[in-house]
Amino acid sequence: MTKVKTLADLKKLREELQKKIHVRESGDHPESTVQVKVAMATCGIASGAKDVMVFLMEELEKRGIDSVVTQTGCMGYCYAEPTIEVTLPGHEPLVFGFVDKKKADEIIEKYIKNGELVDGIIPITYQSINENQEEGQQ
Amino acid sequence: MIKHKIHILVCGGTGCKSSNSDLLVSTLRNELIENGLDKEVQVVLTGCFGFCEQGPIVKVLPDNIFYVGVKPDDAHEIIAEHIIKGRKVQRLLYVDPKTKERIQDAKGMNFYKKQLRIALRNCGFIDPESIDESIARDGYAALAKVLTELTPAETVQIVKQSGLRGRGGGGFSTGLKWEITAKSQADQKYVVCNADEGDPGAFMDRSILEGDPHTVIEAMAINGYCTGADKGLVYIRAEYPLAIERLKIAIKQAREYGLLGQDIFGTGFNFDIDLRYGAGAFVCGEETALIHSMEGERGEPTFKPPFPSEEGYLGKPTNVNNVETYANIPPIILQGAEWFSSIGTEKSKGTKVFALAGKVNNVGLVEVPMGTTLREVIFEIGGGIKGNKKFKAVQTGGPSGGCLTEKHLDIPIDYDNLIACGSMMGSGGMIIVDEDDCMVSMAKYYLDFTVEESCGKCSPCRIGNKRLYEILETITKGKGTVEDLDRLRNLSEVIKDTSLCGLGQTSPNPVLSTLDNFLDEYEAHVKDHKCPAGQCRDLMTYWIEPENCVGCTACARVCPVSAISGERKEVHIIDAALCIKCGACLEKCKFNAVYVS
Repeated sequence: MTKVKTLADLKKLREELQKKIHVRESGDHPESTVQVKVAMATCGIASGAKDVMVFLMEELEKRGIDSVVTQTGCMGYCYAEPTIEVTLPGHEPLVFGFVDKKKADEIIEKYIKNGELVDGIIPITYQSINENQEEGQQ
Repeated sequence: MIKHKIHILVCGGTGCKSSNSDLLVSTLRNELIENGLDKEVQVVLTGCFGFCEQGPIVKVLPDNIFYVGVKPDDAHEIIAEHIIKGRKVQRLLYVDPKTKERIQDAKGMNFYKKQLRIALRNCGFIDPESIDESIARDGYAALAKVLTELTPAETVQIVKQSGLRGRGGGGFSTGLKWEITAKSQADQKYVVCNADEGDPGAFMDRSILEGDPHTVIEAMAINGYCTGADKGLVYIRAEYPLAIERLKIAIKQAREYGLLGQDIFGTGFNFDIDLRYGAGAFVCGEETALIHSMEGERGEPTFKPPFPSEEGYLGKPTNVNNVETYANIPPIILQGAEWFSSIGTEKSKGTKVFALAGKVNNVGLVEVPMGTTLREVIFEIGGGIKGNKKFKAVQTGGPSGGCLTEKHLDIPIDYDNLIACGSMMGSGGMIIVDEDDCMVSMAKYYLDFTVEESCGKCSPCRIGNKRLYEILETITKGKGTVEDLDRLRNLSEVIKDTSLCGLGQTSPNPVLSTLDNFLDEYEAHVKDHKCPAGQCRDLMTYWIEPENCVGCTACARVCPVSAISGERKEVHIIDAALCIKCGACLEKCKFNAVYVS
C-alpha cells in the first residue's frame, strides 16, 4: 500500500481515483459496463438488500452482462427499501425503490438489457453540495 | 426490441395517488394507444417527487419538462400538444410564487428540491468500505488543507465563523468548544466522537457512520490538529454492529494510507483513533456520563463545570462532538465559513438531518437547510400523513423534546424557534402523530423510556420521573382526577429545576408540552374518563348495536373470555365486566354491529 505522504500525493491520488470511480473498476470495457449500487445500511439490509445484491451479482453474470455491483450507505428512502441505483453506460443514474428479487429481475430484463424504464423509479428529491452528484440525476 | 423515445414519468407517491394519479396513468396510456404512439412513448409510475402540494406531478423525458397539478382530463392535451406537436402545455408548468413566472428551464428544476445534503453528501453514493471512493469525493482533502495551509487557530476561526452548532441536541457553538479545548493547557488531550445515538426513532448518526465513516475520521483528525490532541476515541453503542464494522474498516484503511498515524502528510502531525463501546444507555449520550463510561466507570453524569473541554477523559481536556457535527466539518473547511453561514437562519447555520418516522408516508432520512418549516418537511418531503388521516402533532427532540402542533407547522425550524415553541432540536428524531394517537399515552411512553434510562444518581430524576409515570398511568386507566393534572405540572417543574444532568432537566418536557398543547385530551381522560383518540384500552367500552346484529355468533366464538352471549339469530350482548377489550369481536364482525366508545 502506497502511503499518502504529501498534499501533492493526495491530489494525484484523487485525480486517478476520480477517473477510476467514474467508470468504477471499468475492466476492459468502460463504455459498456453497467454500474449498480445497492443501499446497504442497517435499514436496507433488514429489508433484504443483501439477498438482492447477491441476486443481482449472480444474475448479471449468468446473463452475460458486463457489470459492477457495489454497496453503498443509506440513500434516505427508508420507506422504499431495498433501494438500488443503476447507471447504464452513457446514461444518468436512476434509483429504483422496493427492489425485491422479482423487481430486480424486471430491472435487468427491461431496463438494463433494453433501456426500457420500469415502474418504481424514485425521483431524486435533494441537492447535494457535490456537483457531480447534483447533475447526475434525471 | 422496443426503444421508447419519450418517457412520461407520473408520480405514484401516496400523496399523488390520492389525487388520482392512477387514473391519470391509464388515461395517458389510452391516449397513446389511440394515437398509435404506445411503441414510442412509455408511461412510467415513479416514487414521490417530494412536491406533493403541487401533485400529481408529471415529468416528460428527455425534454425534462415538469408539469404540476395534472388531472386525468389533462392527459389528452399533454399527448396532443406536447408529445405530438412538441409544444409545452404552458398552463401546467409550475409558477414560481415569487416571480409569478412559469418555470421553463429544466436546469432550474431544482427549485422544488427542498433538501440540501451536506452531512449526508456521500451517503448512498460511495461504497463506505472503500477509502478510494471517499478520496475521489474529496475525502481527506480538508485535513490536507488544514495541515499544510492553516494554523490550528485559523482553522478554529473558520469553524467558529461558520456558525456551526452542536448537532447532538444542545446546540452549543462548535467553534467555541474547539477554542476552549485548544486553550486548555495539558500534556495530553483527547478528541471524542459521540456516536451514542439514543433517542427512540433516531438513526441519523448510524446512517452517517454506515454510509460515510471517513468523513468522521477526517473531522476528528482536524479537531486533533486544532486542539493539540493526538488521540481520538469514538464512543459507539454496541447495538450498531454494522456502523462499528465499517468504522473499523475505515480506520484500518486510513492507517494503511498514512492518513492516520505518525507524521500525517509529512507535517509532523500524529493522530490515531480507537473505538470504545457503550452498552446502549441513553444517559451516556450526555458528555460527562459518556466520558465516565469510557473510563470504565459507571455511566453516570457529573456536575459541570468543569467542562470536558477543560477536564474530561482521564482528567485531560477533551473535545466531545456528535457524529453529524463532525460530518459538517470537512465541507466547511473546503468551502469556507462564509458559504456555510449563508445557509440557514440568523442563529442556526447550515442544515439538519432528520429521521422522519411515525405516521408519515415517506419514512426516511432527510437533510434540510435550517429555517425550513415543519410543513415542508412533513407534507412535502415526507409526503403527508399515512392513510390520509389528520395530522395531530410532531414530536421532536426525543424524550427530551416536546410535541408541536398544527399551529407550529409554519415556523422555520431552528434551535431557538423550537425551544420557544416548547420543544427542542435534539439529535433530529421527528415522529409524526396522527388523530388515532393519544397524547397522554405518548407522554407516558416517553416517561417509561426515561424511567428505564435514568441512571439513578440524583433523586429528582430517579424518583420524580417514576412518580410522573405513575400519575400518567393512573390517568390512562381512567382513574385520574383533575388534581392529577396540577400534580403533573408541579412535579415536572421540580424535576426540571433540580435534576443533575440534561436527562432529568428535560425528561418532563413530553408531559409539559402535551399538557400545554393538548390539555383537552388530558381533561377528557380525567373528567369524562374518555380517550378521544380511542387508544387507551381501559377507557373503551365495546358494545353491540342491536339493529345491525344478525346473530351469526361469530363474535361470541372469537371472544377469548366468553364475554359475549346470545342465541343464534338473536341479538348478542357484550358483558362489559368480563370484556378485556381485545377488539377481536370488532375485527370478526361482518355486519358493523360492534362499536367502541
